[in-house]
Formats: sequence, C-alpha cells, structure tokens
Amino acid sequence: MVPITTLHYLVVAAALFVLGTIGVLTRRNVVIILMSIELILNAVNLNLVAFSRLYGLHGQVFAVFVITDAAAEAAVGLGILIAFFRNKETVNMDEVDLLKW
Amino acid sequence: MNPVATPFFFYFLSAMALISGVLVITRKNPVHSAIALIFTLLSLAGLYLMLYAPFVAGVQIILYAGGIMVLFLFVIMLVSVSRVERESQFNKQWLVGIAATAALGVLFILVYAKGKSVFPERTVQLPEQLNTQQVAVWLYGTYMLPFEIASLLLLVAIVGAVVMAKKRI
Repeated sequence: MVPITTLHYLVVAAALFVLGTIGVLTRRNVVIILMSIELILNAVNLNLVAFSRLYGLHGQVFAVFVITDAAAEAAVGLGILIAFFRNKETVNMDEVDLLKW
Repeated sequence: MNPVATPFFFYFLSAMALISGVLVITRKNPVHSAIALIFTLLSLAGLYLMLYAPFVAGVQIILYAGGIMVLFLFVIMLVSVSRVERESQFNKQWLVGIAATAALGVLFILVYAKGKSVFPERTVQLPEQLNTQQVAVWLYGTYMLPFEIASLLLLVAIVGAVVMAKKRI
C-alpha cells in the first residue's frame, strides 16, 4: 500500500473545505450555514496540523487559536440568529434583506 | 513507536469525515446535520492523533464535539420551525455555487500536485509523550501576546452574544 504522505491529508482537507463552501453558498437555513463554516475551519485545522509534521509545532499552536476563533464565531453567530428569529420568525438566509434596497 | 495499519485507519477516518460532511450539507433536519457534524469532528480528532497531535485532538473533542455542538443543538431547539422542513432547502443560485466551488477544488488539487516538490523530504520527529508540554511552552512563550488577544476575543464574543440574544438592552 502507498504510505500516507502530507499530500493525502491536504487532499482530504481541500475536499472538506469545498464541502463547507458548497454548504455556505447553497443552503438557506442559517444554522446549517454556520455548521458549514465550522467545516471550513476544520479543514484549515487539518491543514495546519498536517504541516506541523513537516515544520514543527507552530501549526498545532495555531490550530488551537483557530478553535478559539471558531468558538467565538459560533457564539456571536448564533446570538445574531436568535435576535433575527425574534424579529422575523424565520431562519432562512434569503429572507435576511433588511439592509437591501 | 510504530503505528499499526496506518493507511487503513487514514482511509477509514477520511471516508467517515467526508461522508458525514456531505450529510451535513444535504440533510433537511438541522438536528441530523448536527449529528453528522459531530461524526466529522470525531473522525478529524482521529486524524489529528495519527498526525502525532494528541493535544489538538483532545481539544477538538472537548471543545468542538462537547462545547460548540451543544451550543448548536440548543439554538436548533430554540429556533426550529416545522414549516421550514416543507419548503425548499437550497437557494436559487445553487448551481452557480456548486460550479464555482468545484472550480476552486480543482484549483486546490492542481496547486498541491504542482507544489508537492517544495515540501521538505523528512518529517520532524514529534514525540507524542511531550506534545502537551511543548504546545504549552510555545503557547506561553513565543505566542504569549496572541494568547492574551485570544482571551480578549473570547470576552468580546461572550459580551456580544449576550447583548445580541437579550430582548431589551
């Protein structure tokens, strides 16, 4: 069997990133869009940790920072979602048009 | 230490991560998406273990699968409306979105295939027994300022979330 190299991990991370981007661009439900953003951040984390095998521990430290950012982003995003749901009784992204004219 | 059956575990965990990722973006019910996302996160934690990063794997399980997903599930319970499941789940520009994203994926693969020769040949030896200790040394040494800024960011996020979700300020 072919030994697993860094390239294998990079391809998996690219596929996860593409899946997350498809979710962000095509879904209407805001909750699932936020979950797709988590998928994208996880793909970035996998890249960082895969490269930390080649360049030392910096990648793992940065992955911890990315996880922190993901937590902050989820908290603020879901807070915005609750405020929006209270005003318009919907969770659909294409009905968020208050700032459009 | 020689890991056992590395290619098998790699393909198994990646297949699990990708299949659950597809389920996340295709399911109608947000709770099903959340459960699929938990499977993605757990298999990614397994991949981190295979990359000799046990600390990141533990943080992934505790913070992501434990913390963030509970937050998501709570919000799904708060905002779930039954009529959402009957209407269309995808917006009008889905075809353009998928085409653009597929082009992005092809670009990624091309860049990796062309650029893999610049990667270093040898991998750094990372002793997994000392991993947490070494991450802590980096975190509290070289990356002290970013660490403090991250704590400030979390404080701002907490205040922001409370202000956002409050009925009257």
